[in-house]
Amino acid sequence: MDVQLSWNLVHDVRQLLEFHFMVNALRAGTIVAVVAGAIGYVMVLRRQSFAGHTLALLGFPGAAGAVWLGLDASVGFFGFCIAAALILGLAPAGRAGEQSAVIGIVQSFGLACGLLFVSLYHGFLSGLNNLLFGTIVGVTDRQVLVLLVAGVVALGALAALGRPLLFASIDEAAARSRGVPTRLVGVAFLVLLGVAAAGASQVTGSLLVFALLVAPAATAVRLTARPVVGLVLSVVIALVVTWLGEGAAYFSTYPIGFWVTTFAFGLFLLASGYRAVVK
Amino acid sequence: MTTSAVRLEHASADRGGRVVWSDVSVEIPRGEFVAVLGPNGVGKSTLLQVVLGLLPLKAGHVDVLGRPAGRANARIGYLPQRRAFDPATPVRGVDVVRLGLDGDRWGVPLPFAGRWTAAGRARNERVREVIDVVGAAGYADRPIGQCSGGEQQRLLIAQALVREPELLLLDEPLDSLDVTNQASVSALIQHVCRSLGVAVMLVAHDVNPILPYLDKVLYLAHGGALMGPPEEVITADTLSMLYGTPIDVLHDRAGRLVVVGQPDAAAAHAPH
Ligand SMILES: Nc1ncnc2c1ncn2[C@@H]1O[C@H](COP(=O)(O)OP(=O)(O)OP(=O)(O)O)[C@@H](O)[C@H]1O
Ligand SMILES: [Mg+2]
Repeated sequence: MDVQLSWNLVHDVRQLLEFHFMVNALRAGTIVAVVAGAIGYVMVLRRQSFAGHTLALLGFPGAAGAVWLGLDASVGFFGFCIAAALILGLAPAGRAGEQSAVIGIVQSFGLACGLLFVSLYHGFLSGLNNLLFGTIVGVTDRQVLVLLVAGVVALGALAALGRPLLFASIDEAAARSRGVPTRLVGVAFLVLLGVAAAGASQVTGSLLVFALLVAPAATAVRLTARPVVGLVLSVVIALVVTWLGEGAAYFSTYPIGFWVTTFAFGLFLLASGYRAVVK
Repeated sequence: MTTSAVRLEHASADRGGRVVWSDVSVEIPRGEFVAVLGPNGVGKSTLLQVVLGLLPLKAGHVDVLGRPAGRANARIGYLPQRRAFDPATPVRGVDVVRLGLDGDRWGVPLPFAGRWTAAGRARNERVREVIDVVGAAGYADRPIGQCSGGEQQRLLIAQALVREPELLLLDEPLDSLDVTNQASVSALIQHVCRSLGVAVMLVAHDVNPILPYLDKVLYLAHGGALMGPPEEVITADTLSMLYGTPIDVLHDRAGRLVVVGQPDAAAAHAPH
């Protein structure tokens, strides 16, 4: 592959879209960024970043197990992330501290399983990096379709949960008194978070999902206190860092995960600086 | 229409297998302002949850606004006992008030519904109106976590009021307020109670700021309850008995009652 970044933006974009794999990478990245930006925003609002982090990591054993069994990796990503979301959601609530202990236990067990699957499948080790840190080559048409369907369903569900989800997130006792089934809403949201994490894993890799799930949302939260504006802003930021990251990965020799994370981190720093100055 | 806002008959509640209070029979008429008092841990918050139907009774019966508890919650405004919002909560005061109006409706509002549809405009109007009623207009557009404790409390009272409830359940609304704000929020609640005919159950630890406005006080202690008009219940003997520590009741020159002694200090000694 011999591509050169030039000052001619049109030319660069044409180069980007020259190869089918890159078109697929951009399609997948776009879908994933929208979903992760929106769901990540609510996750940050609900202070469930640790749960989100765990769900993202659990995509790794899922994908490793699926590959070992000869299945499509995306089956493993979605299957494991959703199952883990149900486990976390339905585990007896307990106090807040206990909850994070449960999450931590589930997380380390999942990672250990992932390692086991990798060692069981001997020829697989070259793909390990891609599962953990992402790649722009090798997104199939089918994978894009699966991401699209999952993304549309997840965003539809997020919109349907809408106000009760916001209510339960910021004022649970009052929401419950108004008849909002806060427990159910919480479990449903974790499942959506699982879907978002599974999707994002397939672009950035399991370890770097947070670049899309947390960083854009945390950036948006620093810029606005309006829930709807914040959510839209989070989506826009996720899209920008994904496109920039994929473009940079295409024109350079460094992996996509690095680029997306770097751009996300850069924007986060800018927003934090802006907040510090404005306040 | 029944005349009582809340009626408990021989009601008992337990939490985690332990009886909190038992055989409580009280009736709160519509439009009355009732203070719920008692040491920490006697079950004041538990009582409000029973009234909301969030906690089933162990024994006995509870009717709220003429229906079994939990069936009329749309006509109840509830302010939970609370810790303050995290300073980083990315939600404005006006959004929090708004949730009291339509936070239980599935889905999201249509974009710009507040500008383009009559119903949307009416809802926006109502939110602004109730924010004016509690005097929170000056800070309603700030992130709620950056409002002071007292400002947050006013916004939350607005949230409880926004649907024009017939019953207000306020769990320690005066908690984080300074003396001036305690007085003005108490006056506000009394205004709502009198002018709109809303029954109020207000949990408090310090009865003095609300004393001039109360119709009745409901004391929880020793696993049971005692209710009556302030001048009958708030006597040195009754209070000392309920809290298990000496408490004095003085009359100031205007004939107002003042409770002296620290009821909360007695909590540690209060028998359960
Ligand atoms: N979720 C719960 N599970 C088990 N026990 C509980 C629960 N909530 C409260 N309790 C217990 O029930 C009793 C009554 O609690 P409640 O919160 O109603 O007291 P309170 O009068 O509101 O106290 P405070 O003045 O401190 O707010 C306490 O002994 C408390 O330990
Ligand atoms: Mg309480």
